[in-house]
Amino acid sequence: MMGKPAWAMISRLCRWLSMVAIFALGILAHSSGLTASVAEYWGDIRYLSIQHLELTAISGAMAIVIGIPLGVLLARGKLGFMGPIIAQIVNLGTTIPTLAILALAMTVLGLGSPPALFGLTVLTILPIMLNTIAGLRSIPPALIEAARGMGMTNGQILMKVELPNAMFVILAGIRTALAINIGTVPLAFLIGGGGLGELIFTGIDLMDTGMLLAGAIPTALLAILVDIAASQVQFWLVPRGINPLR
Amino acid sequence: MIRLENLSKHFASSIAVDGVSMEVAEGEVCVLLGPSGCGKTTTMKMINRLIEPSSGKVFIDGRDTSSVDVVELRRSIGYVIQQIGLFPNKTIEDNICIVPDLLGKDRKASRRRAAELLEMVNLDPAIFSKRYPKELSGGQQQRVGVIRALAADPPVLLMDEPFGAIDPINREVIQDEFMKLQASLKKTVIFVSHDIDEAVKMASNVAIFRSGKLVQYDTPDNLLAHPADSFVADFVGTDRTLKRLRLISVRDAMTADPPRVRAEDPAELATALMREHDHASIVMVGPRGRARGYVRRDTTEGRAEPISELFEKLPCMINVNDNLRNAVSMMFTNDLSWLPCVDDDGFYKGYITQQGITHLLGATYRDI
Repeated sequence: MMGKPAWAMISRLCRWLSMVAIFALGILAHSSGLTASVAEYWGDIRYLSIQHLELTAISGAMAIVIGIPLGVLLARGKLGFMGPIIAQIVNLGTTIPTLAILALAMTVLGLGSPPALFGLTVLTILPIMLNTIAGLRSIPPALIEAARGMGMTNGQILMKVELPNAMFVILAGIRTALAINIGTVPLAFLIGGGGLGELIFTGIDLMDTGMLLAGAIPTALLAILVDIAASQVQFWLVPRGINPLR
Repeated sequence: MIRLENLSKHFASSIAVDGVSMEVAEGEVCVLLGPSGCGKTTTMKMINRLIEPSSGKVFIDGRDTSSVDVVELRRSIGYVIQQIGLFPNKTIEDNICIVPDLLGKDRKASRRRAAELLEMVNLDPAIFSKRYPKELSGGQQQRVGVIRALAADPPVLLMDEPFGAIDPINREVIQDEFMKLQASLKKTVIFVSHDIDEAVKMASNVAIFRSGKLVQYDTPDNLLAHPADSFVADFVGTDRTLKRLRLISVRDAMTADPPRVRAEDPAELATALMREHDHASIVMVGPRGRARGYVRRDTTEGRAEPISELFEKLPCMINVNDNLRNAVSMMFTNDLSWLPCVDDDGFYKGYITQQGITHLLGATYRDI
């Protein structure tokens, strides 16, 4: 597991790289008169961006709802021999190429958004689960002892002590997960899931650079916007006492 | 108030606590003392059932603790640990109010109480209430740790080496603050320590443990004067008699109602008084009895003028509420063999001599 500073550094690096990429693209687009051809797709961009965000929001939410409880159970060692097995399955979800997962999901769930959501969720669970485990394990045993000694129930210890104090690390995991998720959503188009991939892949097939960029640039922008939003949530939601950013 | 009956804890391969029985009266501070691994912490944790006893019973206020719901039991017992364990995500105020909040008490009332408690340990609530634990020093954090345990006003307090991780200077200060707090709140306290000096300072009674067994349960003075066996004697240290000095107040060791002279008295009276009591000097008091100075017998011998022309200033005086340790230290510092003892208002109450102290400390050993 990487430390918090390493995560912060990577996410900052990603942000800068995307910025540079956008500028480069912008210059390229303008010099070759592409800006105008991209603007032609404004209606599609708007419609598909919303669809894109919907896919991310739904699969992200499902990953959070599954990943955090799974992380809690694994960190507690409550699952016994099932624990390592589940951890391995989740690991596989990230190791197997996303395209393969989407293809496999398609064979079972058919075409459209259900298999896309399934694939994206599987992809997104791992960082959330790993960070939940790391966050919970980093809590000093003395805190738990004090909480128990003062008469908190196990549920109260989890909700009032463990999760709040692991929140920064968990949110860092969610942030990473969302960044991966939003960048992967274009693949959903390949199994009929929609999203900005429609413009990107169609643009590639038609060798239409304007169309391709009409999909690629908004994808990059969405990734940046979601990351900024997530970082703001992390900044304001985590109390000052345990927030290294404040 | 707290009664342990034949309490034992067996772990898979060892016996941590072996048949401990003892009773702590209401308002007393009982220090569980011993080397690490002697079972003192395990014994304490069996009281709030953080560790379940293998056999034996614990009674608090006559109630068998195994018959009480464990969460309810713990909420009725204050708990302080060495690592402090303040919750870093909560403000100081919210940390203090954890148990009142768990009990569903009125938020405003418990926040007011938190501010009062902060004042009692010399932390300004206006500054500290809204701060987070990481913004406080170790000593400040442990003060909060202690008052957090007191917030719901539990009758019983368990403290697991609470001041063990604090630097020696701050430790003394916090110990004094806690004693002051305890003097006004009168909780029944079980205090785990491995420091004999701390035990002697804080305890009403000390329980010494050795490999799971209670070897001696006694007042600090008895423990130091009459250790039950060589283990206890070793543990309390070869300087145990010196440690007793702290336990005895000047008031108990001084010779009360001593002879005295006034400034206007003639030197002959002083000489006669000193001869009568076989003293080498005598204290001169003011009109209402405050100690003002002293005269020596070799100065007054054969003189007749008033004392006011012959007296010397007193180099130092000791308060009657002070302990013998400070008295002896003062004597050594000023190269004196006696000290006048005065009360808070400076009235002359008696004197204390090196010989008297030696005799007093020796007396308990000669008794047996």
